[in-house]
Amino acid sequence: MNDLRRPPTPSGCRDTPILKQRGQREVFCGLTGIIWLHRKMQDAFFLVVGSRTCAHLLQSAAGVMIFAEPRFATAILEETDLAGLADAQTELDKVVDQLLARRTDIRQLFLVGSCPSEVIKLDLSRAAERMTERYAPSVRVLNYSGSGIETTFTQGEDACLASMVPVLPATADRQLMLVGALPDVVEEQALSLLSDMGIGPIRVLPAPRADTDLRVGEGTVFALTQPFLGDTHAALQRRGARHLPAPFPFGEAGTTAWLRAIADDFGVDADTFDRVTAAPRARARKAIAQASEHLRGKSVFFFPDSQLEIPLARFLTRECGMTAVEVGSPFIHKGIVGPDLDMLAAGPTLSEGQDVDLQLDRCRAARPDLTVCGLGLANPLEAEGMATKWAIELVFTPVHFYEQAGDLAGLFSRPLRRAALLKLEAAE
Amino acid sequence: MKLTVWTYEGPPHVGAMRVATGMTGLHYVLHAPQGDTYADLLFTMIERRNHRPPVTYTTFQARDLGSDTANLFKSACQDAYDRFQPQALIVGASCTAELIQDDPGGMAETMDLPIPVIPLDLPSYQRKENYGADETFFQIVRALAKKVDRSAQISCNLLGPTALGFRHRDDITELTSVLSDMGISVNVVAPMTASPSDIARMGAAHFNVLMYPETGEAAARWLERELDQPFTKTVPIGVGATRDFVTEVAAITGVAPYLDDSRLRLPWYSKSVDSTYLTGKRVFVFGDGTHVRAAARIARDEMGFEVVGLGCYNREMARDIRRLAKDFGFEALITDDYLEVERAIEALQPEMILGTQMERHIGKRLGIPCAVVSAPVHVQDFPARYSPQMGIEGANVIFDTWVHPLVMGLEEHLLHMFRDDFEFHDAAGPSHHGGHTPAPSADAGTAPLPSRDISEDPKSPGGADVIWLDAAERELKKIPFFVRGKARRNTEVFAAQRGVHEISVDTLYEAKAHYAR
Repeated sequence: MNDLRRPPTPSGCRDTPILKQRGQREVFCGLTGIIWLHRKMQDAFFLVVGSRTCAHLLQSAAGVMIFAEPRFATAILEETDLAGLADAQTELDKVVDQLLARRTDIRQLFLVGSCPSEVIKLDLSRAAERMTERYAPSVRVLNYSGSGIETTFTQGEDACLASMVPVLPATADRQLMLVGALPDVVEEQALSLLSDMGIGPIRVLPAPRADTDLRVGEGTVFALTQPFLGDTHAALQRRGARHLPAPFPFGEAGTTAWLRAIADDFGVDADTFDRVTAAPRARARKAIAQASEHLRGKSVFFFPDSQLEIPLARFLTRECGMTAVEVGSPFIHKGIVGPDLDMLAAGPTLSEGQDVDLQLDRCRAARPDLTVCGLGLANPLEAEGMATKWAIELVFTPVHFYEQAGDLAGLFSRPLRRAALLKLEAAE
Repeated sequence: MKLTVWTYEGPPHVGAMRVATGMTGLHYVLHAPQGDTYADLLFTMIERRNHRPPVTYTTFQARDLGSDTANLFKSACQDAYDRFQPQALIVGASCTAELIQDDPGGMAETMDLPIPVIPLDLPSYQRKENYGADETFFQIVRALAKKVDRSAQISCNLLGPTALGFRHRDDITELTSVLSDMGISVNVVAPMTASPSDIARMGAAHFNVLMYPETGEAAARWLERELDQPFTKTVPIGVGATRDFVTEVAAITGVAPYLDDSRLRLPWYSKSVDSTYLTGKRVFVFGDGTHVRAAARIARDEMGFEVVGLGCYNREMARDIRRLAKDFGFEALITDDYLEVERAIEALQPEMILGTQMERHIGKRLGIPCAVVSAPVHVQDFPARYSPQMGIEGANVIFDTWVHPLVMGLEEHLLHMFRDDFEFHDAAGPSHHGGHTPAPSADAGTAPLPSRDISEDPKSPGGADVIWLDAAERELKKIPFFVRGKARRNTEVFAAQRGVHEISVDTLYEAKAHYAR
């Protein structure tokens, strides 16, 4: 099943057959989403109900941040909790009481399901309802699953946002909603570009605090800023909101196409659009041209990680002159990444899911100039003489929209520049 | 359920990974859900390994739950064998797989693989990482070690070093040279560096050196019982312990005790007048049992510190550490809850902490110098340079490591003494936190950190009814930062005991006189 031939497509990858494999997957679970989500939602606390493994994962993934006493923790299941289920609910109540007594500033509490809590079928949604009544009106308790058996890495954010949509107040007003957690600086740039075109009101999901005027309804149109928001997309549509399909705002072309999709829906005229975007577009093009000097003509191979792979491959191939060998994604939602697939030139293998050993075989055979992969694979591949870019950084670093376009290209060119700079072997 | 932010130890299957990754020619098939592969990056990033850990995960997902997971396990086992051709296989379950009860051991046995398959039973909801490593190594030894003829030359095995062990790499080198100086060769180092075939020839050694009881004791006891190999009880960290170790090895083997201490510098450095200011420094020691025991002895007998508190996070060593603390005249702190450790440190106000990565951060927050003496550690404690803890060079390394933050402390003291000089000012900050920024700027889109979250209020333990008068507060600020916390606390306790509600400059100095040592 490795050598699936692609039928020739004139342009774009939307109809390219997708290589689907299952086997060992070298990916994070959805719990990792907590690490950036809690920074974004300033009055929320994320309580994972899981095992010591879950706590250890958060600690390892959060690196040094864990020492800043973040707003997340794990209620570690112990042997007694596994014995009887009724007991587990009372235990959970105790832990939450203890937590909220200490943290009076918390307004939203997320009970986050894990593999162990899903397998023993601990009913966290009932627990969340019960606790919402108990702590109303000061704290709202929600639940979602970040378990590895159900979610991969950034899907944790999707599950979290989707859990908030049903409880948003209703509104019929015409409004734009931007969906996806972005670094504050990036979010402000996006808001200012759109406002300058006269588009408004604009709301953002997730909001920084629980008490903002975030509402949803028939008059809402929403644009996704991140590609991994399939469930949130569906939940918003269930509330009557309408999706604006667009390529994701990476690079100059991506950002422009993304803005244009919104501008068109709000009837912004071409002159206004050009007036607002001309200067930042020029800046972005210049920055990309400089930063991508080392990328032109190079090949890139993506291991699946965050679902950002397809839009990023589109950016690297169209705007930085790279060729893509394989673009792996943990999950491909064509309704969401379709516009990016249209803009991605035919050629690369598209793969969904993973059998990591087989994928490594393909990667070694292709010897790409740059491999985008997780930290578990990066150093081993470097040791085999392959340049790598570790993927997690792309989720934490500001990379969206015009002003970050040069930085985004820089993230990929730095490993190649470094490989060229280092002279570690003695002369032959 | 237990509310947890930090964990000193991972789950037991991470301990098993530490054994498997340390060894060669062994493969671990772990029945685990998607996502548990996160543990790979501990080895590839923190330890900077240049290969993937030899672990195959079954990565089952929600849709596989039911009978399918068993087949998934079997095919993962077969694939791992076909691809990696290991000499032996260990199989086990992670915490989630433990709940679905697929019995990896039983399934692997029915597959008739032509190599030894060793099942692991690691109770994830009761035990932790160190137990996982100890038990895994024990099961491997039990399955593979056989009685063989003793080597002609006196030889020993080194037991306990694993992947992700704190300075295990260099301790092996140092200890090998100490033993070699006595004419004793090393037969097998295990688990780190050993293959299953090496384990099979462990019986050729005359005795075992138990380097780390946390990860090697079960195997050492089994080898003593089954293969008549005595094992050493002294862990040679520190000058005194190294000398005792040499004596113990001499007694076991009958060779003359010998220690080449021509490169040993700790005793002279510690005696030199420059070290006088170390006398009676109040230190708090926390970490794994083995390193705490060693550090406490060095601190008291070789550095002249006063050990004011000690404890460990691994229950397995609790008894030993309680006894040790009794010798020092106080109760040991046995806990895996860092908040308890933080409270203990806050209450004791030591002048220095010897601990783990967690204590380093507690120290940073409380403004107390800290040196790392035990796992868990971060990437900077897997250094490129040679830096053992054991033996002669280990003692030298320890002297430098422990004194370094204190020397810097004095430097800061001077900064504060002269802070009214035009060249010094509060914003200058400590000199050893290289590249410090005067004030955090709003960069890179990160929101400001919340000051303190799930922790107790750090405010005065003396009670809220004690008020500092302005002059006294100003006077307090003149006291060097690293004793200021202690001074504040002592003064408040002193005032509270005497029913004084307002602290004046006089109260401050009366308290100082009262607590003078």
